[in-house]
Amino acid sequence: MKKPYAEIPGTTVFDLDQARKGYHLNQFCMSLMKAENRERFKADEAAYLEEWPMTPEQRLGVITRDYNRLISVGGNIFFLAKLFSTDGKSVQQAVSGMTGMTQEQYAHMMSNGGRSPLAG
Amino acid sequence: MARITAGVATSHVPAIGAAIDNQKTGTDYWRPLFAGYEASKRWMAAHTPDVVILVYNDHASAFSLDIVPTFAIGCADHYAPADEGWGPRPVPMVEGHPELAAHVTQSVIEQDFDLTIVNRMDVDHGLTVPLSLLFGQPKAWPVKVIPLAVNVLLYPPPSGRRCFELGKAIRRAVESFDEDLSVQIWGTGGMSHQLQGARAGLINARWDNAFLDRLVEDPEGLSRVPHLEYLREAGSEGIELVMWLIMRGALHDRVAVRHRFYHVPASNTAVGHLVLENAP
Repeated sequence: MKKPYAEIPGTTVFDLDQARKGYHLNQFCMSLMKAENRERFKADEAAYLEEWPMTPEQRLGVITRDYNRLISVGGNIFFLAKLFSTDGKSVQQAVSGMTGMTQEQYAHMMSNGGRSPLAG
Repeated sequence: MARITAGVATSHVPAIGAAIDNQKTGTDYWRPLFAGYEASKRWMAAHTPDVVILVYNDHASAFSLDIVPTFAIGCADHYAPADEGWGPRPVPMVEGHPELAAHVTQSVIEQDFDLTIVNRMDVDHGLTVPLSLLFGQPKAWPVKVIPLAVNVLLYPPPSGRRCFELGKAIRRAVESFDEDLSVQIWGTGGMSHQLQGARAGLINARWDNAFLDRLVEDPEGLSRVPHLEYLREAGSEGIELVMWLIMRGALHDRVAVRHRFYHVPASNTAVGHLVLENAP
């Protein structure tokens, strides 16, 4: 299938192919909506991840909180939000880390009108 | 006869809910945003409807990847605030209107829109932040709410055209309900924002303001904007804006703008807000 949206720079559109790749990763994230699961995950992350049939790259992405990697292997930001919320991080803290900027630089950019669409 | 009396559009950024819940609305960062809703809150206090049909998107709270309905309407008598990973927001239970919801559902399905029927779900910031912005922090919400959840998370969402036509079907459905009810329809989400990748933090004020203009004056033309334009110009999460077209479709062709507000940023997002009444 032709995907013209795949050519937008710096952007991964969460389509059905990405959702298929990321199904177990995203469902794992969803499980962190329950307080008792958050506690079990925090107590032993590797053991908790063993319960989900995820790829080694997806597991590594979770352990290292590499959100760009997690997006590329099928994660969606609103599912990943359960993971960074479990870490006590805000959306802006997690999102700024994907841009190569420090959180301070990113917050400064946002307060000055955000990233220009012309900057690509 | 029930009637749709007004439409409201607003962004539903989770950080706005957190600012309200943690008493931070008076800080230098947040004060300009909340000031932009003061006039609307006064208008709302004078025009509080019986029911709000609240168009929003669930953010992986009620719906996981197991089931992803494109349009899902709530027919329950109440909805609890969802635990999105940091505990539920401290806001009142949301009371539904099951009789009107059932009527709208039947009517809209008979008009060829295949809604998914939801009898139990929790509602996340997408629904509760707009209520907080317009009603503040009451002990109980002053309106009944019919949630209409739209999939804008898993691509492709419904087209702008389909959303606009659904709004028209909802208007016909409401107007054929026998009880004398005042109903508002709210469209939420947006405006430009992108929460992932190297382009995260994208804001497009020029495009957003053109969207606000066209939503008022040329919704028919706006409803034909393709998804690709939303993704490119308003960011990967900016595509939530198709939901505003459902609200607009439920109003008359000509509307009067009671309030308009635009502010950058709320966390990662451009905030837009409109209060529209049917023109006399």
